Amino acid sequence: MSDRQKQSRRQIAATSQMKKLMVAHFLEIDEARKTGKQKVAWCTSVGPAELLHAMGFLVYYPENHGALLGATRMATDVIPLANAVGYSPDICSYLTADVGAYLKGVTPLTKAYGIQNIPKADILVYNTNQCRDVQDWFSFYAREWDVPIVGIHTHRNIREVEDFHIADLVSQMKSMIPTLEQVSGNRFDIDRLREVLDLSLQCTKLWRRVLECGAAKPAPLTFFDATIHMAPAVILRGKPEAIEYYKLLIAELEDRIKTKEGAVPGERHRLYWDGMPVWGKLRELSDQFCQLRTNVVASTYCNSWIFDAFDPKEPFESMARAYTELFIVRDESFKEWYMDNWIENFSIDGVIFHDAKTCPNNSNNRYSMPQRMAKRLGLPTLVLHGDLNDLRCYSEEQTRTNIEAFVEQLDQKDG
Amino acid sequence: MTRRLAGGIDVGSCTTKSVIVDDGGNILGSHVLYSGTDFEGASDTAWRETLSSVGVSSTDSICVFSTGYGRNSVSFATNSLTEISCHARGCLRYFPGPMTIVDIGGQDNKIIKLDQKGLRVSFKMNRKCAAGTGAFLEEMALRLRLPLEKLDDLAKQADGEVTLGSYCTVFSGTEVLEKIKSGAALDHIVRGLFHSVVKRILEMDTFTDTVVMTGGVIEHNPFLIDLLKTHIPNDIVTPPHPQIMGALGAALYALQEDPHNTD
Ligand code: SF4
Repeated sequence: MSDRQKQSRRQIAATSQMKKLMVAHFLEIDEARKTGKQKVAWCTSVGPAELLHAMGFLVYYPENHGALLGATRMATDVIPLANAVGYSPDICSYLTADVGAYLKGVTPLTKAYGIQNIPKADILVYNTNQCRDVQDWFSFYAREWDVPIVGIHTHRNIREVEDFHIADLVSQMKSMIPTLEQVSGNRFDIDRLREVLDLSLQCTKLWRRVLECGAAKPAPLTFFDATIHMAPAVILRGKPEAIEYYKLLIAELEDRIKTKEGAVPGERHRLYWDGMPVWGKLRELSDQFCQLRTNVVASTYCNSWIFDAFDPKEPFESMARAYTELFIVRDESFKEWYMDNWIENFSIDGVIFHDAKTCPNNSNNRYSMPQRMAKRLGLPTLVLHGDLNDLRCYSEEQTRTNIEAFVEQLDQKDG
Repeated sequence: MTRRLAGGIDVGSCTTKSVIVDDGGNILGSHVLYSGTDFEGASDTAWRETLSSVGVSSTDSICVFSTGYGRNSVSFATNSLTEISCHARGCLRYFPGPMTIVDIGGQDNKIIKLDQKGLRVSFKMNRKCAAGTGAFLEEMALRLRLPLEKLDDLAKQADGEVTLGSYCTVFSGTEVLEKIKSGAALDHIVRGLFHSVVKRILEMDTFTDTVVMTGGVIEHNPFLIDLLKTHIPNDIVTPPHPQIMGALGAALYALQEDPHNTD
């Protein structure tokens, strides 16, 4: 293409600091496993992490490991091992990649941090607010290691968060405490929980600010940056270092906004991405959008770690609310209202829905939402068929052509 | 004074199509050949053949755009666009918007909707599997040991048809074997295969306004149009050469963006 130079998005300098935080986090957990100094709890990415920190656990998030397996392209090699023992290729490919890697005895943590094995859990704690797969995933390890597993069963597909939802979840969370006390050897302390919640609240507010920087024109970051820089919001929330990190990142992004330095040079179109990232293709997709001078400036996925409701004054109630009012827990009418707001505030020209073969929970195109949205907002929508981790379900060429054709459609609107 | 010409090359996964138009957008020559595995070679040959059919030897002043699956393999193209844009452009040469374009290709199907100004409203591509594409018919013809060019006549002459329920090419193959075993007539089976292609198209999208059918499969199996007519009330039309709409569209874009164009 004569006018489409090979080009990558502008790099964010703060990334090197984030990498240091990640190294420290994983080494701390690895050390704890080796010395037995501190107990390790596995937690789902939108599970009750604050409670686990307050109980003195080190918290490990297997979904982050699943994403790492995807991003390092190990996933597609190890998923078949899980398929072979009966975990279907149609279920969550975080689960199948993680279980497959375990069966093969490999982990991307080795190359990234010099860690030989994933940290064995002392307890597994899930929240079904996102899906049922997390329960089945954690149950595999509960059987494998004969360790306790506890979980919260969140109401799903709800329009409004009602008081009875909150009351139920609060009682579910409180009923976990005896098991958590037993495994950690620590007594529950509500003041400690308030402290952790305060740290998580500060972190989540900053993470929201990071994402809201994407509303600037040109946007100083892309969805692809956000999928990387969300790591502290996911795995370090409740810890002071996440807060420090986001202050650093925001300073850099606000600087870019002032100098009008877009992440995608010559930004022409602004897109919204709904659904999971394709972890093994972040670079390729980012480069393609960049060459098309199109920026994916907002997403449902990266917003999943905004927990506005956290309130140290009401720790259990506010956690219950924060983890229930998430997009993934809600019905279609709420989801549409939510996306419409972001689309308007971020001056979006088109919406891409990623239909991830193995994650119906994050594939919002399946009940005719793109068609309704196109009609309601007069915006073009595109459905890309792929997967978060299983590249057997992904066609490079089909995806490239679809994206290119979509941008040609946006160009045409420009006249 | 020399005529100003423009060219379009559509390198599909199955066939490569080449078109030359004059400055009025009229087709002067075209060529179609199998893409094979050497896309660059196929596009070179198709282009050379088209040039000679038009009686032109020097290509220096001809602006060429490429499109299709192998659009980036055409070394002499000055620009490329997706087949979605080019098919639409080609169809607009023959029919005004609004329209729904249904393209049945060798390995994928496309549905493209244009508004009354000819602007694209939406598009869908199906490349997840061979179901409903030319590759499906080829595979089945092979199983039935029938030459491809016989299919259309057989489907047309059939006074009945077998029902194939699956949308998986492999499952359909097994179903066809079952039908053969149970003594179904060959032409009934072929009509059933054609109907299977039509069903795959119908489940892709809704059909609004005039339906324009394009692609190599339609060019060689026009009976598919008759079958589609039994399912939807829309007017269904085809351009004179449905297989070369992508290449024509690319040529028309080239004409518009030709650096020599001083219009
Ligand atoms: S939400 Fe989707 S990707 Fe996440 S754990 Fe559940 S099934 Fe897997």
